Parts: sequence; structure tokens; C-alpha cells
Amino acid sequence: MSTLDTSTSIDAARADRGSSRARFWRMKSFARDRGAVVSATLLAAVVLAVVLAPTLAGVGPDDADNLARYAPMGTAGHLLGTDQQGRDMLARLLFGGRVSLLIGVVPTVIAGMIGLGLGLMAGYWRGLVDQIIMRCLDVVFAFPMVLLAIAIAGSMRPGVLTEVIAITVVLIPYFARLARTATEGIVPMPFIEAARAAGGTRLTIMLRYVLPNVFSPVVVYATTLMGLMIVVGSGLSFIGLGVQPPTADWGAMVAEGRVVLRRAPHVTILPGCAILLVSLAFNFLGDGIRDALDPRTIRR
Amino acid sequence: MGAFLARRLAGVIPVIFGVSIVIFMLIQLAPGDAATVLLGPQASEAAKIELRHTLGLDQPLVSQYVVWLARTLSGNFGTSIATQLPVATLVVPRFLNTLILTFGSLVLAVAIGYAIGLFAGLRSHSLFDRLSMSLALLAGSAPPFWLGLILVLLFAIQLRWLPVSGMQDMAGNGGWLDVLHHLVLPSVTTALGPAAIMARIVRSSVIEALGRSHVRVARAKGLSRATLIRRHVILNALPPIVTITGLQLGYLLGGALLTEVVFAWPGLGALLYDSITARDLPVIQATTLLIALAFVLANIAVDLINAALDPRLREA
Repeated sequence: MSTLDTSTSIDAARADRGSSRARFWRMKSFARDRGAVVSATLLAAVVLAVVLAPTLAGVGPDDADNLARYAPMGTAGHLLGTDQQGRDMLARLLFGGRVSLLIGVVPTVIAGMIGLGLGLMAGYWRGLVDQIIMRCLDVVFAFPMVLLAIAIAGSMRPGVLTEVIAITVVLIPYFARLARTATEGIVPMPFIEAARAAGGTRLTIMLRYVLPNVFSPVVVYATTLMGLMIVVGSGLSFIGLGVQPPTADWGAMVAEGRVVLRRAPHVTILPGCAILLVSLAFNFLGDGIRDALDPRTIRR
Repeated sequence: MGAFLARRLAGVIPVIFGVSIVIFMLIQLAPGDAATVLLGPQASEAAKIELRHTLGLDQPLVSQYVVWLARTLSGNFGTSIATQLPVATLVVPRFLNTLILTFGSLVLAVAIGYAIGLFAGLRSHSLFDRLSMSLALLAGSAPPFWLGLILVLLFAIQLRWLPVSGMQDMAGNGGWLDVLHHLVLPSVTTALGPAAIMARIVRSSVIEALGRSHVRVARAKGLSRATLIRRHVILNALPPIVTITGLQLGYLLGGALLTEVVFAWPGLGALLYDSITARDLPVIQATTLLIALAFVLANIAVDLINAALDPRLREA
């Protein structure tokens, strides 16, 4: 679910240390989770579909068929109908999906890496470094997430890059806080002390022993956040901060459809359903990965 | 309690200071020269030079910030580029409208989320539980602005029960009832996502409380189910719920901004949208600052409620 609660991801990942036998059980647990498997399959299909967009669509996303404007769903030649300019909805959804997925995934990955680095440093070095990093993050936490993303993107020139930057910036603190808490849990453990006694430098210990243990909660968290970020990103596109016409992503398509809501509701409904489906799939997938990593939730 | 409040307020001062720096830096993000950004593309060269001098844009960044902060603290947010009006006169009435929408949505989200979560938790694994939790999952994953449009399609266009947009009827002055009538769709739109998350958390909180040993003892000594739930389950499930409601505030405020755009609700979100379209940076800054301040204060209020409910928190 799209809460920003981090504790469960950490718990799940604490359990994620063990033999290949344990890994086998985790895979098996994941494979038994019907929701997660369906979601993973669905997401793979969506990715494949947007990659193959030119082949699947048959027409370009901006090709306007003036004779077939406002065509409803199921029209011959336009399976999902057309919009007010006679552009094929299926083609626009497939090409738009490229941008929407990119905006959901790329900032989450970048913010995950930066946040992981900051959290590691804060949690491992403590003291002044920790203070400075955490106080800076507090400032970002003082803004509602969507507001800060809108303010940053709204001050810059609209575009995909702007959206990616804005979402990355607002996400970093969430990852950093998670990574810091996880690091704090790892550092007092005996194997870290052993590494220190064996003469490992601070950098070696941090990269070779702490990092791998902090990595998995961050991955779990990132998966759940991707669903939310598809929604947030489409919100930014909806108010015109992302791709510019005639290019569209799902958020911008909802905004275009809004103008003809009475006459052709499918222009609004379809891209929204696409956002909902993908965000739902990411949420299920995140839950599935978390449960698979956490032995306490193994059932049946 | 007083000492707790004082500590909490003292801790917030550096945060607000940081917030002001972030908002000041927004203008540095804007493409092009700040004077052109502030005065708009039509401004004359002389006016730009004058503005650069009055704002101290020829000064180093730090002194620019000090000047800006002093100006902002005295309530002077500058002049709107689009309307040439003082920003404060634009922002303040809008702020009230956003508060109405946010408060309405919060009340709805809490009412829906708690009611559904409580019933689902008390009858876990029943049909109601499974159905409502599936719906909650859907509502929590849907983009709120799109949900708003779907509600408009259903209730305003198809059924004609509710107005499509705005805050009041253009024709007459319907008073409070009219505003409430206009408030229904925007507040439901904003509330659904947070309500869905609250319902899930309340449900698990209630299930956990039901399993605690003191509840079993109370049941064993023959307390009626109603009293048991009222006195032991709800009260014990409450503190995490208040915290979660607090956490949802940010989501709610962010959602309200987009809802205002969908429903042309004349609040800060709609103003922010207009000023982004018009590249009206002083208004963007003032709006962002106001919402962030309101958010910080709301979070303090949540902490106070929590501390009042759970004395242990006052020590921390």
C-alpha cells in the first residue's frame, strides 16, 4: 500500500540473511502469493507492450484521423476509440505509457541510490555528518510531498527531465531515513566488530558489510513507492508540468480528456485506468516481495 | 504539557528557517534572469535594472536571502507578475478556501476510514471485511485527480445531483448550504485515498487490540461486547491511529491541491496552478510557504493530541 511507513521493510530485510535454502523458500513463498505473481506478470506485459508500441499500435500516437474524431471504444480500426482530434487511443496509451513508467521508475531508482548513500553515511559515521544530513532532510519533510514536487517543477521549465528531478528530490529523504535506521541496526552486530578487529577500514566495512544488509529494505521500499510515484508523476503531468503537447503521458492524457468529458468520457477514463492498474500492480508486488522476505508472514 | 509544547516549538524553528531557504532558492531554479522572471517578459530594461537594485540581485546570494527574508517576515510577499497586485491580497482569501476544503476532507477521511476500519476489524475475514479492503486498495492506488473526474462524470453529469465545479452558485448567494453542496465532490475526491489507508491501519490496529490479554481478561470477567469495544478496544487502538492521521495530512494537502484544479475550487492549489501557468514566481513562493507553514503547525497539533492521549510521549 502506498503508505510511507518504513518499519516493515526493515523488519522484512532483517530476516533476509541466510543460506541458498532460505532463498529457495523465499522464492517459493513469493510464487505462492497469487496477487504478487499476477502483478509481476501484468507489469512485465505492460513493459513489453510499451516497448513494442510502434508494432502494436499500427498508427503513430499523434496521427490525427479527422474523419474519426470522438470514436467510441470498439470502433473498427480503433479498438479503444479516438480522442477529440481523432488520434488513436490505443497508440497514445502505449506511447504515453513509456513516459509514465519512466517517470515512476527512474526517479525512484535515482532517489533510492542517493538516499541509500546518505543514510549509510549518517547511520555509520553518526556525529556531525549525521546531524547535518538529518536536519537537511527534516526541511524536506516539512513540505507535503506533492507540494514540494509541484513547487520545484513549477519553477523550472516544464518537461520530462523537470518532473524526474522534482520527484527525485522529494523522494531522497524517505530513502535516506530508511537506510539510516537500517544501518543503525547493523552497525552494533558482532560481524561488524569482527571485521573491524580484522583490520577492515571504515570504507571497506561500510561498503562490503553494511551496504549489502541495508540494500534489501531499500529495494522493497522502492517497489512500493514506484506505484505511488506513477500517481504523483501523472499528477504533475496532469497540471502541465511534464511532457508538452502533442506528446502525452497518462497524466497529460487525463487532462486532455477532461475537456471532452461529456462528449467522450473514454478519453479520460482509459488513461486513468492505466495509471490505476500499474500503481495497483506495483503495490501488490511490493507487498509480495516484503512478505516473501519476512519469514513471519509465510503462510499455508 | 506546557514544557512539551515549548520543546516542540523550539525544535521547529530551524526547520522553518530551512523551509524559507528552500523557497527562496526556487527563484534560482527558474530559467533565465530573475528580474525578467519577476517582472515578466514585457518589462523594460530600465525597470529590470531598477528591480535588480531594489531586490539586491547584484548582491551575493546570502545578502539577497536576508533581504528577502526580512521582506517576507514583514508580510510583504512582493507583487504578482500576472495581476500586478500585492501577493498577500491574492493569497490570504484563497488560504481560507483551502482550509475549508482540507478540513472537510479530513473530517470525511477520518469518518469513512475509522468506520470502515472498525467494522472490518471487528468482523475480520467476513464478506464486508474482504469487500471493503479490496475497495480500499483500489481507492488508495487511484490517482485522486482522475477519481475526481470520474465522480463528476457520475454525480454531476449523469445523475445531476451535484455541481460540476466552483465553490458557489454564480447566480444567487446560497450561503453556507450552497458552499456545502459544492464541497461534497471535491472533499470526497480528496478524502478517498487517505480514508482507504486509514481504514487498513485502523483495521489491523483493532484486530491487534482485540487479541491483547487485558481485552481477554475483560471479556472473561463478563463485560458486554459493546462496553468492551468502547472502553478497551477503541481507546487502545487510538494512539497509532492519530499518528497515521497526522501522516496522512501531507497526502491530504497534496491531494487537495490537485482536487482544486479539477473542481475549480478557488483555493491555494488552483492559485498555484494558475501562477505556474503564468510563471508568476512570487505567487508560487508565497503559496508554497503558506501551505508548508500550515503543514508544520498541523504536525505540531498532531503531536500535542498524541501527547495528551499518551502521557509516556511527553517524556520523550
